[in-house]
Amino acid sequence: MITTKTILQPEVLEAVVVRFVGDSGDGMQLTGTQFTDTSAMFGNDIATFPNYPSEIRAPQGSLYGVSGFQVHIGSVEVSTPGDNVDLLVAMNPAALKTNLYAVKPGHTIIVDTDSFTKKNLDKAEYKTNPLEDGSLENYRVIQVDMTTMTKEALKGVEGLDNKAITRSKNMFSLGMVYWMYDRSLEHTIDFFNKKFKTKPSLIEANTKVLNAGYYFAETLELIPNAYSISPAKMTPGTYRIIGGNTATAWGLLAASEKSGLELFLGSYPITPATDILHELVKHKHFGVKAFQAEDEIAGVTSAIGAAFAGDLAITTTSGPGLALKGEAIGLAMMVELPLVIINVQRGGPSTGLPTKTEQSDLLQAMYGRNGESPVIVIAASTPANCFNFAYEAARLALEHMTPVILLTDGYIANGSAPWKVRSIADMPEIKNHKVTEVKENWSPYDRDEKTLARNWAVPGTPGLEHRIGGLEKDSVTGNISYEPINHEKMTHIRAEKVRLVENNIPELKTEFADSGDLLVIGWGGTYGSLHSAVKQISDEGYKNIGFAHFNYINPMPKNTEEILSKYKKIIVCELNAGQFVSILKTRFSKFEFSQHNKIQGLPFSNDELIQQFKLLV
Amino acid sequence: METTTTEKKYTFKDFTSDQEVRWCPGCDDYVILRSMQKALPEMGVKKEDVVFISGIGCSSRFPYYMSTYGMHTIHGRAPGIASGVKMANPNLSVWIMTGDGDSMAIGGNHFIHLLRRNIDLNMVMFNNEIYGLTKGQFSPTSLIGQKTKSSPYGNTQPPFSPGELALGANARFFARITGNNPKDMAQIFIDAHKFKGTSLIEVLQNCVIFNDGCFDEVTDKEVKEDMQIFLEHGKPMIFGKNKDKGLVLNKLKLEVVTIGENGVTQEDILVHNAKEEDKTLHQMLVRLEYPLATGIIRSFADVTLEEREDALTAEVKANSKFKKTDDLFFSGETYEVK
Repeated sequence: MITTKTILQPEVLEAVVVRFVGDSGDGMQLTGTQFTDTSAMFGNDIATFPNYPSEIRAPQGSLYGVSGFQVHIGSVEVSTPGDNVDLLVAMNPAALKTNLYAVKPGHTIIVDTDSFTKKNLDKAEYKTNPLEDGSLENYRVIQVDMTTMTKEALKGVEGLDNKAITRSKNMFSLGMVYWMYDRSLEHTIDFFNKKFKTKPSLIEANTKVLNAGYYFAETLELIPNAYSISPAKMTPGTYRIIGGNTATAWGLLAASEKSGLELFLGSYPITPATDILHELVKHKHFGVKAFQAEDEIAGVTSAIGAAFAGDLAITTTSGPGLALKGEAIGLAMMVELPLVIINVQRGGPSTGLPTKTEQSDLLQAMYGRNGESPVIVIAASTPANCFNFAYEAARLALEHMTPVILLTDGYIANGSAPWKVRSIADMPEIKNHKVTEVKENWSPYDRDEKTLARNWAVPGTPGLEHRIGGLEKDSVTGNISYEPINHEKMTHIRAEKVRLVENNIPELKTEFADSGDLLVIGWGGTYGSLHSAVKQISDEGYKNIGFAHFNYINPMPKNTEEILSKYKKIIVCELNAGQFVSILKTRFSKFEFSQHNKIQGLPFSNDELIQQFKLLV
Repeated sequence: METTTTEKKYTFKDFTSDQEVRWCPGCDDYVILRSMQKALPEMGVKKEDVVFISGIGCSSRFPYYMSTYGMHTIHGRAPGIASGVKMANPNLSVWIMTGDGDSMAIGGNHFIHLLRRNIDLNMVMFNNEIYGLTKGQFSPTSLIGQKTKSSPYGNTQPPFSPGELALGANARFFARITGNNPKDMAQIFIDAHKFKGTSLIEVLQNCVIFNDGCFDEVTDKEVKEDMQIFLEHGKPMIFGKNKDKGLVLNKLKLEVVTIGENGVTQEDILVHNAKEEDKTLHQMLVRLEYPLATGIIRSFADVTLEEREDALTAEVKANSKFKKTDDLFFSGETYEVK
């Protein structure tokens, strides 16, 4: 039943990476989430990444139907979900086949042998059974008759059909993993009690199977309990595990409360952005108006209408949706209304790779509209700071009366990490430009001197009735104007307004070397990968490498040039063909920029980055 | 829709902006503008609570000529923007001013979904069966064979009937009026304002430049009473100069009969029920070519989107433990790091 191969590397001390893989119906996301939450409560630092197919229920046992969840837990700071896997839990041959590449030699694989049938081996295109043909001899393979033992554990439990029994085998594997990493079952049992409140038989069944897995691992001492990971050193406070899309939604809720404006979301479902809509529709108790529109265009236009009427207006989308919204975003820019557009980037172009990550919408965000049409562009860089940057997007939109595009991506949107909970009292103030006072010669295009933001008179305000629109307007009265000089002037005003935002954002910071031989530059969702690679190379003794990560892209922080000038070489790393570097090259033409690009729908790996950096120093 | 009432007595001048009106001389758009400016003081709504939203096209210049709040937006998208305005502030009287191309070609998707949802706002569609602002291409209501700049040998694309499309999308309020009938038009605007739900008013609007006379056979002074039937809820469907023609149902078709001929009496004539939920007869009236049905064809009071949303929100608020975001953020699965 259990065979242990030669144990090449019995323990990991500071951090481990565990990956759960199975059929998309095997409950791997749930298993992974439970392990994550339990570890977080134990005090570990965490980063997770789900990896699932676009098919909802792909044919059972097929290679393309494999769904996975990876979690990196550590007693030290963890900034990515990890490249290579210390423990792989594979529920069937297809899952093993598609994920074996990630397992470090000498490390552990748990398989459900019951699923290694002839039929499943064929589906996974295995000519011989890998459990028998010696192909796994460099790994420590723990073979468990998981399905059989799950059925055994559930004998005598009333009210379960065959399907329910088989479906709970994921809890058997979770029980084993809990024992291996010295984790308590308590959190997961609590979870069963809540989730299956009305179905006591399911509480009983899942608890039994979880325990069975745990005791099975304990009884067979063949599994050394070597992986005890201590709690990480983290800033004291209240934490919770949060996914990037939830953090984004919550940042918007916080901005709504802080600004005193009602939140309006106009949205159309699109992967991987839809979870923001799912989250916001829950919060009617805060007066959130979440409107699922008939298409992407109605999503953004309804938000523009809500902005005109005085709400904090949001639209959420992913790449193809941003393309559809382009004309309307141009209108919002032209009529100078506050609007937050959230683009959770995915692999493009066209339909591209909907469930994979990429940073290839940067130039679309910058320039994807007709005419001279600048907007603020910012990017979140971790699952947890999606909260801060969603809040920041709302703050900048309201304080500068302009659309703000917030870029996140599938990697951070679906990933999760500990978030130190922010109380609304600790969040920065959010001002807005609403006016109610009737003055002589008032115009909707009267501007704040410092920011050039126009004032915001909303329908329902007596005496300030006015008309705005997409046609060019006179710089003073706001009436339609086709005057050549006025058009040029207005074009400059709109650009200057966005440029002036640099006075309202923090300076660019560097990490590791603050001057030296090489500056590593990244932006958005690659923060974790880049930070971890620069840290590693720095730990190896390369103390002359610095790291600067951009969250503010248009405008950039004021001190950008100063930072660039402190290093001999600069490398810009992006998950696209070189979009941010093209902006930097135009803007800071006196510097030379190297670039490292990856367009595989995957995040950077540590090894590839370090290899690149070493070539330059 | 009926929202706020006001003590202040407005006149049409209170709704007239200082902008020079730039439609072609003789255009029916002037009639629509003036009818609206005359109707608004009768609605009992505060000026600051009125919002006009338009897309692109001749019709869409409308908001600039009103002295209320307004936005001239992008082609076809006024329904989305107007819906957002109304959802953000349900107290407003929101009007979409659109044309046949703006609403049913580039904005066709938004048009049907607006009607389906039944948000409490109003849409006035200026139907001139042509594209005016882009200078004379066929529209989704142009006739087969119609020669236009983009169909020099005749249009090959069959038209929509706006009313049929609207009722198919479950419009609760549909009225049709000709561009040379300002008096009834103003009253229909008032009735549309009072109606709770999405109101659609199709105005058959003559384009003097690119499609002049396209509605003459029903709108000409000489013939209009014989060619149009002006429908009023609760009244018999009678028309004609001599008020002697009427509509009856013959099998599955509407038929024109003459009162006093073949034993037909006034009792035989159908009575218009605009408030009926069943739209079968309304659809027949909308499709009728002779006489052309005008007036309020359908006015069925239904639950609005806002009513449903408000009820849900109230219920969720009453039952929720979350009053502030802190309640949410610190709830559930949190843990302490010391």
